[in-house]
Amino acid sequence: AGDAFCRDCFRAFYVHKFRAVLGKNRLIFPGEKVLLAWSGGPSSSSMVWQVLEGLSQDSAKRLRFVPGVVYVDEGAACGRSREDRAKTLTDVRQILQTLGFPWPIVTLEEVFALPPSVLRCSAQDPVGTMGTYKVAVDSFLQQQRTLAAEGLRGSPSSAQGEEQPSQPCTQDSQDPVGPPPAAQTEALSQLFNSVKTLTAKEELLQTLRTHLILHVARTHGYSKVMTGDSCTRLAIKLMTCLALGRGAFLAWDTGFSDERHGDVVVVRPMREHTLKEVAFYNRLFAVPSVFTPAVDTKASEKASIHRLMEGFLLRLQAQFPSTVSTVYRTSEKLVKAPRDGCAAGPRCLLCMCSLDVDSADSATAFGAQTQDFSQTPPPTPRAKA
Amino acid sequence: MAAPLSVEVEFGGGAELLFDGVKKHQVTLPGQEEPWVIRDLLVWIKKNLLKERPELFIQGDSVRPGILVLINDADWELLGELDYQLQDQDSILFISTLHGG
Repeated sequence: AGDAFCRDCFRAFYVHKFRAVLGKNRLIFPGEKVLLAWSGGPSSSSMVWQVLEGLSQDSAKRLRFVPGVVYVDEGAACGRSREDRAKTLTDVRQILQTLGFPWPIVTLEEVFALPPSVLRCSAQDPVGTMGTYKVAVDSFLQQQRTLAAEGLRGSPSSAQGEEQPSQPCTQDSQDPVGPPPAAQTEALSQLFNSVKTLTAKEELLQTLRTHLILHVARTHGYSKVMTGDSCTRLAIKLMTCLALGRGAFLAWDTGFSDERHGDVVVVRPMREHTLKEVAFYNRLFAVPSVFTPAVDTKASEKASIHRLMEGFLLRLQAQFPSTVSTVYRTSEKLVKAPRDGCAAGPRCLLCMCSLDVDSADSATAFGAQTQDFSQTPPPTPRAKA
Repeated sequence: MAAPLSVEVEFGGGAELLFDGVKKHQVTLPGQEEPWVIRDLLVWIKKNLLKERPELFIQGDSVRPGILVLINDADWELLGELDYQLQDQDSILFISTLHGG
């Protein structure tokens, strides 16, 4: 904000930020399978593009994880017709095919087929410390050198195919055979229609989408999921979550890594890029994306809490250009400490966060009263409530 | 007296939904007393191109916050924003960042 860039410097700045965020956090290990959640929108498209470019660089700076891309067709939740959805899918497939990674496409209807195990948080692998990360990288590099010495690998600049796992990409596309059964679409449609407010719809959509993506990650052996949330989006999300009563989980909802699901960790590598930067980059460097109408397309400003917050922050940003970055910086300071004694507590079925419950309920008047109950006789009721 | 101008107006990022889904528009602006500036262009767009929900595109005399304006692939903030004087064959691109990710 406030700095003017020429095209080349901008590109360098943008790419550097992406790599720096990944490098700084050291959570992605070489050779790890990472699932990229692609919505077709600008931020996730840019993220996928960055990964693509990052994989093809010369060996010293090359990204070293093994990506896949997942696209979720949410048309049923938005009331789109079959034809519209099919048309979007054609565009989506066209782009996915050029990527060279495996690309499962799933429809939101598959949510109904999810096993109950998605709601259980699996045992956590301890997050690698700095030492383990370095060891892992070193041993990976050692492996590469040995293989190169044995002449099994081509030059670093050779085609993507050699770096990827052995399955050819067309086989791994895992495209559903046809459109989902109408009954499921209808059921999903009804589910969303029964939700009265746009706010609740957006939250529901997000929850279902997350569960679905995690399921895909688990069944295909991905241990990380990358989402394209930008700085701007995360600032809006932070404020929205506060308004929705999710203040206790801000660190997970907006931080770089989200470990609430245990075996699969969600990371947000685009979190330092503003929407403006993303839009410019995509335009200047022709990053393909597919525009899909969503539940909140053309909704008015006051239609949901999300929209309100978006309007509020963006308007403020127009006059005070450090608004978004300030909110974002604040989010970086949030610490994920579980409350004392609640670390192993029950989790919310929908969002999988530990329930923010204070069993003694000491902060409320009700709680205070019930604590007294055991000691004093109940007060005589004086008036009908 | 400014001569008529021919400019290309383009919409992206979802903004095209408000313009019948048409992304590129070749526009001829009629000659007028004062040189054409972006402010005038916006008024013109609102009157002639915008098909629905003007409040989702225009706010006051400028674009809604969240909509980026690129003039010949450069940020309009570097060129004077609403006061930029349009030249013949300019390309003005409006990208909505408000949609999806």
